Amino acid sequence: MNFFSVGFRTLFYKEILRFWKVATQTIAAPVVTSMLYLLIFGHVLEGKVEMLQGVNYTSFLIPGLVMMSVLQNAFANSSSSLIQSKITGNLVFILLPPLSHWEIVSAYVSASIVRGLAVGAGVFVITAWFAHLSFTAPLWIIVFAVLGAAILGTMGVIAGIWAEKFDQLAAFQNFLIMPATFLAGVFYSIQKLPPFWLAVSHFNPFFYMIDGFRYGFFGKSDVSPWTSLAIVAVFFVVLAAVAINMLRRGYKLRH
Amino acid sequence: MTAAIQIDRVEKSYKGFKALKGVSLSIEQGEFFGLLGPNGAGKTTLISTIAGLIRPDVGSVRIHGHDVVTDQRQARMKLGVVPQELVFDPFFTVRETLRLQSGYFGLKNNDKWIDEVMENLDLTPKADVNMRALSGGMKRRVLVAQALVHKPPVIVLDEPTAGVDVELRQTLWKFISRLNREGHTVVLTTHYLEEAQAMCQRVAMLKTGNVVALDTMSQLLRRVSGSSLVVHLKHGGLPEGLRHLVAHDEHDEGQNNGGNKYTLRVNAYNEVEGILAQLRESGAQIDEMQLQQADLEDIFIQIMEGAPIR
Repeated sequence: MNFFSVGFRTLFYKEILRFWKVATQTIAAPVVTSMLYLLIFGHVLEGKVEMLQGVNYTSFLIPGLVMMSVLQNAFANSSSSLIQSKITGNLVFILLPPLSHWEIVSAYVSASIVRGLAVGAGVFVITAWFAHLSFTAPLWIIVFAVLGAAILGTMGVIAGIWAEKFDQLAAFQNFLIMPATFLAGVFYSIQKLPPFWLAVSHFNPFFYMIDGFRYGFFGKSDVSPWTSLAIVAVFFVVLAAVAINMLRRGYKLRH
Repeated sequence: MTAAIQIDRVEKSYKGFKALKGVSLSIEQGEFFGLLGPNGAGKTTLISTIAGLIRPDVGSVRIHGHDVVTDQRQARMKLGVVPQELVFDPFFTVRETLRLQSGYFGLKNNDKWIDEVMENLDLTPKADVNMRALSGGMKRRVLVAQALVHKPPVIVLDEPTAGVDVELRQTLWKFISRLNREGHTVVLTTHYLEEAQAMCQRVAMLKTGNVVALDTMSQLLRRVSGSSLVVHLKHGGLPEGLRHLVAHDEHDEGQNNGGNKYTLRVNAYNEVEGILAQLRESGAQIDEMQLQQADLEDIFIQIMEGAPIR
């Protein structure tokens, strides 16, 4: 495995160039969407609820929205690139050269991290004007943002390889990624949930990404950031192993 | 010398359908090799197996001695494939596409060769044009350029001239011939048999997943009988004794082209003398006569119809 091989760097650069060429759609649009979430939910709920002790709702919401943008866009990057390449047939340009499955997965995931972080940064810059945010533990912010984007980028690789049609990918996104993200505490603290749903939330790995990320801002979270880190790291390793194995076996790519 | 491509007993099935039934071939370095067959014969499956896009159920493929499954990295470095489908990445220009493809093969700073490939394929004026804006023929040229961007010793062209104009064909064959003269092995599949006849030194014909003919072009043309004698009679008709030699299509249509032109199948040149003698005896007078050599298309049809070939 050589993360700095010319092959890896080229595929990584190509994936960056691909989303950058349509930045209005891939960067600006999700930033605007997140700002709308903030305006609506922040306006309606500000002053009415307190999610973490001493943290107003808008301040609580912003890290959640940033992380949601990071996750959703990281997934969108790798999954849409792969499905488009599969359907138009140009994936053959990746499959014919001597790129290893490590290089392919790491390039797609790395580019997904870049896009996720770019959108997340954009959302933060725009929404930070609406509340006073502190950076209690900035390292945790970076760790969870990168790991979260890597996880969703890897899920995007898996979904992009598995899906044969756009509607299959849409199903993956709408019935798995979207509910898991929304039910992970983007808009609320899971401590506010009834006991049953509180217990269910602990089985959602997305919750730990968002909760750990939020800890970096407030120094407060529903669970310890170390617990979140362990769960998120294991989740990433498992997903990465699945993605690499799919490529190694040529699943749905090399018949 | 190691074979450019060594295919040993390759079998491949899809959901019970056997696309390749134990294909074995050896293509030597520097050859211009034709892989011919009707649709569904297994040509593209075989090429995809060579390219590592399909994994054989049984058997092996080696490129310059490197197995395409167990030593795929080295095998792929040696191979450039022009796919049959007109595929492209709509996000990039021609130059970006070629630079990216070059990078996938581990090559940095390859602009000199990229420029040369573009020049030889008349792509230079389109270098900074987005792929979406190119005509079908131009996209086909880019596909060829992508396959050549790492200077592979083995070049596989899967129907490279399908649906393209004469100009591209000439440009392409000129460049590919040059590469072949410089030592590159070329494997060509095409439905344009006159192209195969003009370009290929050796040919394999596939039918329903089997190799049914494998020989040099000259041997193939020599081995299969099938010359024809076209006679246009001024007076009289074809004697009864020659009617069995008339080509089937003319039997069906009756006497063609005004009634007195016949195409007679000739298995050997010495049969011509006998035919002329019978025409003289019957009182027929020949106005025009032409002896047509069998070409690759005639041979292809004979072989695909099941005529034996040694």
